Formats: sequence, structure tokens, C-alpha cells
Amino acid sequence: MNYELIVGLEIHAQLITETKAFCRCPNRYGDPPNTLICPTCLGMPGTLPVLNEAIVRQAARLALSLGATIHPRCKFDRKNYFYPDLPKGYQISQYDEPFSTDGFLTIECNGSFKDIRITRAHIEEDAGKSMHQPDGSTVVDMNRCGVPLVEIVTEPDFRTPEEAGAFVSAIRELLRYVEVCDGNMERGSLRCDVNISVRPAGQAALNERSEIKNLNSIRAVEKAIRSEKERQIAVYASGGAIQRETLLWDEAVEELRPMRRKEGSDDYRYFPEPDLVELCVSPEYVENVRNELPEFPWERRRRYRKDLELHEEAVSLLASDRELGDYFEKLLTLGVEPRSAANWMQGEVRRHLTDQNLTIGQFPVSPQDLTELIQFVQQDAVSLTQAKDVFRKMLAKKCSARDIIRDEGMMQSQNAGEIESVIRSLLQKHPHEVERYRSGKKNVMGFFMGEAMKATGGKANPKMLSRLLEDMLKA
Amino acid sequence: MLPNPEHLKNHPELIPETVEQSLTRAREGEDLRAFVALFDERARNDSIRVRDALLRGESLPLGGWIIGVKDNIAVKGQQLTCASRLLKNFRSPFTATAVERLEKAGAIILGKTNLDEFAMGSSSENSIFGAVRNPHDRSRVAGGSSGGSAVAVAAGWVHGALGSETGGSVRQPAAFCGVAGLKPTYGRISRYGLVAFGSSLDQIGQFASSCRHIFDLLCVMSGVDRMDSSSAHMPPPVHNGGLRPLEKSLRIGIPREYFVEGLSAEIRDAIYKVVEQLRSIGHQVIEVSLPYTQYAIPVYYIVATAEASSNLARYDGARYGWRHPDAASLADLYESSRGDGFGSEVRRRIMMGTFVLSAGYYDAYYRKGQQVRRCILDDYQRVFLDVDVLLTPTTPTTAFHLGEKIDDPLAMYLSDIFTAPANLAGVPALSIPIGKDGNRLPIGVQIQGPHFSEELILRLGDQIESLDKAGGE
Repeated sequence: MNYELIVGLEIHAQLITETKAFCRCPNRYGDPPNTLICPTCLGMPGTLPVLNEAIVRQAARLALSLGATIHPRCKFDRKNYFYPDLPKGYQISQYDEPFSTDGFLTIECNGSFKDIRITRAHIEEDAGKSMHQPDGSTVVDMNRCGVPLVEIVTEPDFRTPEEAGAFVSAIRELLRYVEVCDGNMERGSLRCDVNISVRPAGQAALNERSEIKNLNSIRAVEKAIRSEKERQIAVYASGGAIQRETLLWDEAVEELRPMRRKEGSDDYRYFPEPDLVELCVSPEYVENVRNELPEFPWERRRRYRKDLELHEEAVSLLASDRELGDYFEKLLTLGVEPRSAANWMQGEVRRHLTDQNLTIGQFPVSPQDLTELIQFVQQDAVSLTQAKDVFRKMLAKKCSARDIIRDEGMMQSQNAGEIESVIRSLLQKHPHEVERYRSGKKNVMGFFMGEAMKATGGKANPKMLSRLLEDMLKA
Repeated sequence: MLPNPEHLKNHPELIPETVEQSLTRAREGEDLRAFVALFDERARNDSIRVRDALLRGESLPLGGWIIGVKDNIAVKGQQLTCASRLLKNFRSPFTATAVERLEKAGAIILGKTNLDEFAMGSSSENSIFGAVRNPHDRSRVAGGSSGGSAVAVAAGWVHGALGSETGGSVRQPAAFCGVAGLKPTYGRISRYGLVAFGSSLDQIGQFASSCRHIFDLLCVMSGVDRMDSSSAHMPPPVHNGGLRPLEKSLRIGIPREYFVEGLSAEIRDAIYKVVEQLRSIGHQVIEVSLPYTQYAIPVYYIVATAEASSNLARYDGARYGWRHPDAASLADLYESSRGDGFGSEVRRRIMMGTFVLSAGYYDAYYRKGQQVRRCILDDYQRVFLDVDVLLTPTTPTTAFHLGEKIDDPLAMYLSDIFTAPANLAGVPALSIPIGKDGNRLPIGVQIQGPHFSEELILRLGDQIESLDKAGGE
């Protein structure tokens, strides 16, 4: 029997803010455990949450980027469950009146486009991080506790693992573009849960689904979906039934494992959070946020294809990373021709970033300095090969192209008189070759070019040299 | 009696010895179990600091006031037990906004007062420190849950005390102990540092021997606080020399729902007597009706327990507080720490609250409860179009005997029947003593007003206090 795969995603994105969601502790990754904490995020007796306004702005940026409706009023709810990394015994979240609903994101998969519907994107707080030790004990780091999150829930619109992977990739790209989340899946600032079921092709009703957690790469998302799809099909094929359950992806062995059931799970006893007031978002606020939004990745992609006529490889490189694209755009505004700028970005710049494992933000050559180098090539002051050498030296010596070209005496000779005298002596030295040229053996030109270059130490401008040489041979 | 605070302000040199006096008397009265901790060292240091500041001419509106704080309100570095085994050794890392404002104004915190565990109770008997006793009759309860604070004021050991209210926990013990007690408008005083019970109902309140003193405290404690999103953006009442006498005549509503079966005849007669006196000095007395009053107790026990079940989830033995030593697993740690750490009344309310929020019951209980709560608020808003204030008994009976209701939760819950509606509606309400019954037990009259009308109800309370003096023994 043919089975159809049905997948929906829940994405948790940690918001980029100075401070946590409901207290003033810094919102930062990588500090020593339990150093970014206060009575409020630890839920000590008598503390109360106070909403950080920056979260509203970030949630609004995301909602607008997804074309979602931001509701003029929404409220917070408590999701009650017991776990040691949840210090209040409940998570502040949004249940039946979320911040935003009804958005969509277009994905591109195998050359075709598909709109994935976003059910909702709501605000909530992160829990602490439980770390299970080899000796069987568990320690908890509360630095993450109270870090603001947006939970993005999609409709079950995915039919292949690749579509789900493409969505995670697209949402990560978007989150980074609009600077709402750094999208780092290894660190857990972007997390993805998968809801998955299969049904016989042609069946309208959805079958029971399972949920997969702990997916920290796009590759893991796709692999886990493939694996769970096979399992579910095998269960149905052998006459069994799928139970609603949560599975954990074990990255080390690339296998799914049933998760230990939470105590008294499934009934979170949601109710309105009495410590927070209703959140009201005015149309003016929404418009302000909308006006601050940057160009979206799909808009940039379209412009690079249509207006700049870049190759597809360049488009996908330059439009998928906002900062890389911004660097490229800076080259354009400084006067570099788009194709040439794209070639440098795709070639030397990308190679250096990859080799050194850097982001463009850490790239030491400023767009101004790179522009200067590219312009030396455009003016035929140095050859492209020389320019690449200069580029390496700029990185090594941390100085400008101008200084390196001058110090190394690379500047091509533009002096026609100097080149003419070199040619004159060459013609006198090789009368036989001159004869051969004049009798029609035009390839002797190459011999003279080579000799002239040798004589000038490679500094002769090749175009000027070949023009002068031709003129003088014909004379 | 202690020298009054007005006297101390003019004679700052008396402050340290007055604090000594307070400490000595509170210690002598230990058998009343009003205080669960005395801050000897801290209070002495504060008394000297405040004395010197006043002598330097600093302006401290509450300079020299001696204050007791209910042990569910945080003072940095001090115990915050909530009279529970679970928090027996817990010390708070910060100070409640209300306490901070009092101390900044020159008040001296004498110590922490006894209460029903997590403020759940109406008798101050549910305490790991033992039951609070009523100074008017030691075989009787002080009322609750802020019984310790009421007794500390009634016994004359402090000038004022902080309590907390969720359904009458200031007004009911104030009535039982014969002192004034105010529950301000919800949001009037920051809840930051008050251990949450029913967050949408909780409010810090004050006990004092007079309405004037309550007003002095209120002016310092109230006002918006950035640490509490539910605190009201409403400036504190203007103190300006203190509570001014009531000059205009009011329309006073007498709601018939409060004069029902179960109300003691002596209390009813005492209220009627006050009503007659008020009428005789020019107030207009109008009989009114708030028909949803009868649902206040069931609605209160749905809303308060639902919120409590969530608010008390943090006490799980995992991070702080009492932890069962023999837990075999995580689930076992939770069950044994909470099962043994909480007293029976707290466990009962957590279970009720968990039930009313459960899937399949939420609509029938919590949602319905919220709808009826809205109707109760509507009752008040409608009636306050016709009258300025409501005058009622505070409690259906005077102080009952220790142990009398402890095994009968329903009877205990019904002692909040006249106080819970104000918490549900968020309106301010005051209880002041109006004489005693045949057992020489204090009787309280309750005045309720519209949101943020504390000053008005205190002025009427002040007038009733003066009537009492004029026409008293």
C-alpha cells in the first residue's frame, strides 16, 4: 500500500533581547552555569513576572515577516507541570489567545515553491536546562530559565522530509534576517519538534501522530522523519496501531527512542496568568515595527536574479546570509560592478571565511578596502591573478591593497614610451622572427609577448603591450 | 500601651527604649503565639538609625513606628516560613516593596507574625508554630489568616502590622481582635514580596488601632511598583497632615444579603445601632441588594484554590525549602516533600484547585466561577451608582473557640462569607471595632467602597470610632 506522509512542525526560537522575558537578568548564552539568575527567574516566593517590552517588538517583527495577524489584545497563560528545570512549577505561555495567528512561509524544494501555513506564533518563556550526569544524577542550569521564546506552529502541510528540512532552513534564514533569533540549532536557540503521521494514499482522515523532539540540525529533522515514517508504515503493515507518544532523536546513533512519559502529562491545566496584564498592541505600534523591517530574503533573492542577473549559485550564497548579502551590497554602493563583486564574494571571500571558519562579521577586510583592490583590477592596474595574491597579503599583513601593490612594485607599467623601447630592442634582436611574422605566421606574436613580459619583469600592461607590439611588427 | 507614633516623632530620643519595650512585651506574651520571629538586633539598630535621622531633622513620615510583618511577606535575609514546614528554614533574598517603603519612611520592623499556613485559613490555627490565641479570651481564635498581626496590634506591642488578604484574612481577625484592618483596592499596594496564594485576589493590608493610623500606613505603602504588573497606576492618597474628618453626609447602603440566617443577633443589633447613630448625624441610609453575594464563597473557593494550586507548585523540594530525605525517584521526591511538607488544609486546597482546572472540569468550575465573579463585580458597580459606601457586619459571629471549626472546613470557610465578596470585586474594605458582645468579645463593622475609595471609607470609619468614644462607656 502507498502511504502519504503528514508532518507539522513546532519551532521554538529564542529571541535576541538584552534581558530575559520577565526579569532583568541578561539573556546570554555560554556563561558559567547559574550565574545569570535572580529571585524572579528562579521563581522564589513572592516574586512576580514583569514583561520585557523588547519581546513584544521581536515577536511582532517575526509575525509581520510571516504575514501573520497580530492581535490587538492577547493574554498570557500558565502551563502547569512539574520538572526540576521549571522553577515555578508552571511555564508562562499563551494558550487560547496567542500573540499572532495565520501566517505563511514559502519554501523552495526541488525547484518548486510551496506555501506552508503558520497556525500561530506565540510568546513564552524557556525553562532551565537539565543535564543528566554519567553517575545518574541530574544537574540544572537556570541561566536559560526565563529566556524569551516564540513558538511557531505550522499546519500539517509537509508531505516529504525534504519539505520539512527546507522549512527549517527557510525559517532560520528569516529569523536571522530580521534579527529575531540567531538560529543556532546546536546551542538550542532554534529548536524543532516534529508531529508526524502517515495515512493510506487517498484517505482523508488523519491517523494518530507521534511527536519527535531533540532535533538539533536540519539533517536530523529529515533523517528522523524518514525513520519515523518507515516505522509507522511498518506498524500499520503488520496490522498494528500507532500510539500518541513522544520520541527522542538520538543523534549519536541516529535512532528514535521513546521518551519517558512526564508525570501526569497531557493535562497542563492552562489558565490565565493572573500576575500579568493583558497585552495590547496598537496598530501604530505594528506599523512602526513594519517600517523598521529589513528587506526579506525572498525579496533580495528576486532582486539579485532579476535586477542584477547574478548566477543562481551567487544568488543562493548572497541572499541566504543577510550579513554576507549586506557586505556585497556595500561593494555595489562603493561602485563595484555586481558580477565582479559577486565573483569576489563567491571566490576569495567565501574561501577565506570557510578556511578560517569565520562569519562575514569577523572578516577583517572592510568593503572599502576590498573595493579598492577590485578597482585596481578594473583599471587594469594589476592582473586578476596578481589581485588574488594581493588579497592574501592584505589578510596576512593587515594592510591596504594600495600599500601592498606599491611596496611589491606590482603596479603595471602604463608608460607607452618605456614599452616601445623594450619592443624596439626585441625586434632588433630577433630579425628572423620579425620576418616570419610579416610572412603571415601570426603566432609569433606570442613569442614576442613572452619576451617583452620577461624584459619588463611582468609589469607591462598586457593590453597596451599587445597593441604596441602589433603596431610595430606591422610597421 | 506604647507611646503613640506622633509622640515618638516629636521625641525621637524615646524610640530605642520604646523598641526595647515592644520586644519585651512581645516576648512576655509569647503564649499568644502572635510573633514567630523577633528581629531584636535589627530592630535595635534601626531604632538608633531612625532616632539619629529624626534628630538630624530628616523628614521621615513614619519615623519611629513599630511594625509587625506577617510571615508571608519578604524581608531580606529574614525567615519567610508562611508557617509551613516546607519553608521552615527558608530566608528571603529580597524585601517586599511594601516593607521597603515602610522602612524608607522610618518604620522599624519588630519581627514576623504568625498566620495560617500559606494564608489558608480563618483562625490562624494551621501553623507549624501553633495556634494564635485571642488576647480577649485565650481559649478563642484570633481569626485568620493574619491572626498574629491582629494580636500584635490588639495587645499593644506594635503601632501597626501588615497582613495579607485573599478572602478576608485582615478584616476577619481585625474584627475578632478588636482592631482596625483594611484591605485596600486590588493593585493599590504592590504584591512584590507577598508570597502568592490567589494572585488575582491577594492584597497586602494593614492593622492599626485607628483609621487615622491605617491611613498613615496606606499613604506610604501604596502606589505603582514596576516589580508588580498588577499594581495600579494610581497615585497614593495625599497624606497632607493625615486623615481629615468626614464632613459631608453620605449615602450609606445596607445590603440585605448580609443580614441573613447565621448572623449573630448581637452583631446584627450592634450594626443597627451604628446605622441609627449615623442616620442621626445626617447620613442617608438606604437598603440595597447585591444578589450575587450568596455565590461569593463557592466562587472564592474555586478561583483562590485554582490559583493556589499553581502558585504553590514551586514548593517541590527540588531547589529550596524542605525536602524529603528518602525520595527514591523524582516523582517520589515531589510526592513525599509536598505530601509531608504541606499541612492538611493546604493539601486540601491544592487538590480542589487542581480539580477545578483539570481538563473536562475547567468550563464547569473555573470558567463558570470567573463568570459569576464578573456578576459579583457588576453588583458592586451597580450599587455604587446609588450609594457611596456599604455598611455590613465583618463576620457572622465573634471569635470562636480554638478547635471548634478546625475539623469542619465548610463551617470554617463560611466565616469569610461577608469578606470574600470584596476580594472578588477588588474593592477596598475596612473593618473597625464597634463594641463587644455578651462574652466581651469584639464586634467588627465592615465598610466597603468603590475602587480606590480607601480615604472615604477610612474617614467614615474614623467618624464611627469617634461616635463610639462619644457615646461609649
